[in-house]
Amino acid sequence: MEIARDKLLQMFRTMVTIREFEDGAGRLSQEARIPGVVHLYAGEEAVAVGACARLNQNDYITSTHRGHGHVIAKGGDIRLMYAELFGRATGYCKGKGGSMHIADLDLGILGANGIVGGGAPIAVGAAFAGKYRGQGQVCLCFLGDGASNIGPVHEAANMAALYRLPLVFICENNLYMEYTRQEREMAIADISDRAAAYGMPGRSVDGMDVLAVYDAVGEAVERARRGEGPSLLECKTYRYYDHVGTSYGEEERPAEEREHWHSRDPILLFRERLAAEGVLSEKEAEAVIAEVRSQIEEAIKFGEESPPPSVEDLTKDVYT
Amino acid sequence: MTRELFYMQALNEALHQEMERDPNVFVAGVDVGQHQGAFRITVGLYAKYGEQRVVDTPISEAGIIGLAVGSATCGLRPVVELMFMDFMGIAMDQIMNQMAKMKYMFGGKARLPIVVRTACGAGIRVAAQHSQSLEAILCHIPGLKVVMPSCAYDAKGLLIASIRDDNPVFFLEHKRLYGQREDVPEEPYTVPLGTGQVKRPGKDVTIVATSAMVPEALKAADKLAEQGIDAEVIDPRTLQPLDTGLILDSVRRTHRAVVAHEAVRFGGIGAEIAAQIAQEAFDYLDAPPQRIGAPFTPVPFSPVLEDAWLPNAQNIIDAVLNVVPARA
Repeated sequence: MEIARDKLLQMFRTMVTIREFEDGAGRLSQEARIPGVVHLYAGEEAVAVGACARLNQNDYITSTHRGHGHVIAKGGDIRLMYAELFGRATGYCKGKGGSMHIADLDLGILGANGIVGGGAPIAVGAAFAGKYRGQGQVCLCFLGDGASNIGPVHEAANMAALYRLPLVFICENNLYMEYTRQEREMAIADISDRAAAYGMPGRSVDGMDVLAVYDAVGEAVERARRGEGPSLLECKTYRYYDHVGTSYGEEERPAEEREHWHSRDPILLFRERLAAEGVLSEKEAEAVIAEVRSQIEEAIKFGEESPPPSVEDLTKDVYT
Repeated sequence: MTRELFYMQALNEALHQEMERDPNVFVAGVDVGQHQGAFRITVGLYAKYGEQRVVDTPISEAGIIGLAVGSATCGLRPVVELMFMDFMGIAMDQIMNQMAKMKYMFGGKARLPIVVRTACGAGIRVAAQHSQSLEAILCHIPGLKVVMPSCAYDAKGLLIASIRDDNPVFFLEHKRLYGQREDVPEEPYTVPLGTGQVKRPGKDVTIVATSAMVPEALKAADKLAEQGIDAEVIDPRTLQPLDTGLILDSVRRTHRAVVAHEAVRFGGIGAEIAAQIAQEAFDYLDAPPQRIGAPFTPVPFSPVLEDAWLPNAQNIIDAVLNVVPARA
């Protein structure tokens, strides 16, 4: 493989971290140890990791309500993330944001977003700033198949193409917009078909194959950095959990469908590939997983044992 | 050095001066560049600063506001335009859920130095979807600042201050005020956000007026003076944050309050101001606070209807006479 071993291992580790983080968050939610709700990314790891592996620290991403995976892939701190889920003062957003609004501006993470498609116009602004400064920064805009139908996304796509912004739209098509399957919510099957209509190149990619995502995003990011404008990548993927919470959506999602996507588990596929190429043995893979699990445990402990915010802080941070 | 400028020229001058001073300031909106602005507020900017800093956008209000939100979060200082305030509906998610809330939701880390300039107000026969004054909606959203200058001097000073403010500011320009004219200093200057001004001192009644109702209030005050009633006219200038102190101080002296705005009376900013006056200055009041606003209808087209819809000086006079005993 042309990718350096270090990088491959980092990608594997990050995918495992996302999976473990999400399963952990799911357990915490089920046990009512964290307030509110979670939208879990398990199953989609290849997209966030394959994409963000092409970014530098000063590149930007905008994320979605299902944002934990993107935040971790961009280098987010899992302790601060769990603390935010617990609503603690030590959380990424001092407990004021919660799961859907986690952000780390130093890492260019412009926030998870509770509004479907809300990140797309913001990504236009971020990419515009990148172009304005002329230092080759790019912005990845993550959005779902659901978001691909909302008005502001079309506005953003047109503007990105018009201004040749360094913006890559990564559409994670996990087949479900909340609880309704794609074919009952939109008139086309391949979201990448819309790219030409917007005036940008587009492709559909196997979203369970982290190296396929890495390839496709690499091409798009290089285009963007050269000043040639945006791209639309549709990554076909699947989320194991339901839209929200920890059910697997068994009542509404056919068993054959769920089994099919599980059989193409992105972490398993990558692990097999790395083993076949002699990059990572089974034993080494197990060791990584064990290490990650212990980091997750430690991060949860940090979050749970952190102090809550003070009520005096309620009215702070509304204005600069 | 001052010279007479139209309100619209004062705004234009503010934009030129701020763009000159700070290379991070850029302008974007529909027809703002090559066309030099639907209301001519951005005249000369495109010729001077070019495409990178004066951005003609598609008719995509959500995109325009998103452009502001994203670029501001990433270090620039956008001054974007919504041609008519009525179009903010299209951008409402970016305004209320993104722009207003990112700083708080992110625990204070984000900084969004944004100005959204927009034209509001009725009276030019462009009917319901091009004539609204919706400042009350914006004032209701924590995280936004709302500014409504009533004269050319305030317009320039407040626009410069708004551009320098590190928060999202909605800068509301009443269309009928674009032609208002007065002495405006050549050099850049600021009028601080959050500060109102007594436009006419008086002792018998406090008239709080906004935007196009300020000249109406001053006209009303002149007529009232003929009847021996001395009205104090206050222009809050910024509605969010509101200079409540200035208003309450006045009411404590005059004991009577009339609030006048062009926006529909029900749920207008006058309701908030009147409630604050009633709550904080109850013991000083000799009469309930009065509110002037438009009737509860969309803005009608036909001139005879629109003229009946528009609040005016006479409405203010009538309201004052409700609360001040007539004098010889």
